[in-house]
Amino acid sequence: MYSDDPWYDALASGWGEADVADAPDAAPPRAGDVYLEVQRSAAFQEVRSRYRRFVVPAVVGFLSWYVAYVVAATTAPGLMARPVAGAVNVAMVAGLGQFLTTFLLTWAYARHARLRRDRAALELRWDTQELTRATGGGAS
Amino acid sequence: MTDDHQTLALLLFSVFVAITLAITTWVSRDRQGSAEEFYAGGRLFTPMENGFAIAGDYMSAASFLGISGLIALFGYDGMLYSVGFLVAWLVVLFLVAELVRNCGRFTLADVVAARMRERPVRIALGTSSVTVSVLYLVAQMVGAGTLVALLLGGEGEAARDWTVIGVGALMVIYVSWGGMRATTWIQIVKSVLLLGGTVTLTVLVLVRFHGDFDRLLLTAAERSGHGEAFLAPGLKYGGDWTSRFDFISLGLALVLGTAGLPHILSRFYTVPTARAARRSVVWAIGLIGGFYLMTIVLGFGAAAIVGPEAVRGSNAAGNTAVPLLALDLGGGADSTGGTVLFAVVAAVAFATILAVVAGITLSSSASVAHDLYASLRRRRAGPRREVAVARVAAVGIGVIAIVLGLLARDLNVAFLVGLAFAVAASANLPVLLYSLFWRDFTTRGAVWAVYGGLIPAVVLVLLSPVVSGSPESLVPGVDFQYFPLQNPGLVSIPLGFVAGWLGTVTSAEIPDEAKHAETEVRSLTGAGAV
Repeated sequence: MYSDDPWYDALASGWGEADVADAPDAAPPRAGDVYLEVQRSAAFQEVRSRYRRFVVPAVVGFLSWYVAYVVAATTAPGLMARPVAGAVNVAMVAGLGQFLTTFLLTWAYARHARLRRDRAALELRWDTQELTRATGGGAS
Repeated sequence: MTDDHQTLALLLFSVFVAITLAITTWVSRDRQGSAEEFYAGGRLFTPMENGFAIAGDYMSAASFLGISGLIALFGYDGMLYSVGFLVAWLVVLFLVAELVRNCGRFTLADVVAARMRERPVRIALGTSSVTVSVLYLVAQMVGAGTLVALLLGGEGEAARDWTVIGVGALMVIYVSWGGMRATTWIQIVKSVLLLGGTVTLTVLVLVRFHGDFDRLLLTAAERSGHGEAFLAPGLKYGGDWTSRFDFISLGLALVLGTAGLPHILSRFYTVPTARAARRSVVWAIGLIGGFYLMTIVLGFGAAAIVGPEAVRGSNAAGNTAVPLLALDLGGGADSTGGTVLFAVVAAVAFATILAVVAGITLSSSASVAHDLYASLRRRRAGPRREVAVARVAAVGIGVIAIVLGLLARDLNVAFLVGLAFAVAASANLPVLLYSLFWRDFTTRGAVWAVYGGLIPAVVLVLLSPVVSGSPESLVPGVDFQYFPLQNPGLVSIPLGFVAGWLGTVTSAEIPDEAKHAETEVRSLTGAGAV
């Protein structure tokens, strides 16, 4: 199922590794500069904007839907009690709808992250670790 | 409840204790005593294992017995309560899980301290994390005592007191001997038991109604005596405007608090990568969502089969609805089936409490040793020394929880869980989100965000009807109630965010651009993650 998963073999690497990296010689760049450089790179900005383009609307969406549900249930019980089919009323549909949207958003997020973000993020991870190792500054 | 029920329930519970102790001994047989091992279980759990463990940490006896009891008594309003517990996981999945896994090592404070001056930030976050954990812990301990009295018909006070002491002693043993590895396996075992029990009961309820959910609802509404109002909101949280705002406040605290619970955040460090952290949350959402859907069936089932009068007659808060339902589904009080199902439900409820308290104790001992002790001593202690401190802290927290559990024995502590979520949402979430997403965030902002949420939350509760001014208050005699709501979230959560912003814009400190770049790059790519 995850055979093309770029993270499949990507176990965590220890922080300690950086400590034994080659000693800094003539004025190496600081580790912090590496992160600034990566942050400004187009590849990173692409990963970040893909993450934000999904997460920001999704958070705004589900939080407003949840707050609307809670406010409607506490302030408009008449509306919520309106029957839909049989014993099922608007409140029941809305409540089960909250469960459904939570499951759907979870699925959509996991899929989006797997297909649109993981590979690029992993490449950036190795590149950044190469660069920080070269500075001898370590990751921390 | 007859002797048969008690004996069988005690037997099953002893089996669970024996199994968990065996797990603890087994996993700690060749422990190396490293911090990695103690706080994070070696970081090698699979997403599925961690998903079950997260679900185990989250599904407390309060959800299993409490929410279905609420539904049995008040119908729809109990379901309204359970929705917040699930939707909260989207906040965790989208904004917190992967980023925290990438940036931190063991605790919440690691994430924030990486960008800021370490000492004040660690002290602030250590304090708020321990506060949240102790509130949650006391609620569980008192719940355990009450549960024994209810389920085993424990007549005297002695049975309750010994339960509280026994639960406290066991959780200390699990945590200080087995660390995160043992705690995680206990959560997994408990999760499987709890879900197994819930699935069995749900199937039996649905079989009783021939799979007709509509008829289940109609029968429940009819037996409740409220008619159609039972299936609509308003029976519990509908009264005056104070109680409506109270529920809105609680709803906000639930949905935003989960992402700030220290024992949930520390679970993400038990898997190797952020990717695995995400997949464990996906597992957890599936399990937790399925569980809450089943509690809805159980709650309406208890109303339809047992009837609200019988439930209320056994326990005014409805906590015995599910055990009574099990007794009936098994064939009645005198049948073997009824006895067995009842005993299983009682044992599952104990197992649930035991596992939840172990998880909380572990994360608060990590906050004490890794954040508070390490900062207050100034000189950095070695990791091994820190683990020794964490083991001692687990004992200390166990003692505090036992003492508070005994003192609070006769109090109505239902508000404590909501309060723990409110404090987590007010003190921990703002600082976490600001430091992950806001470039200009400073040390002063971080410290203000924590105290600016923590202090109002605690003070507002002290001034609320929970503590004084009504017959059900903790201090019934006097009246210093100035804040009308039981849950402070509606006020204290915005205050936490405002305080963090105010502290940042008023501070003279120039935000470190490189540190922010480091947090941002690491959080989204996993570079340099442990």
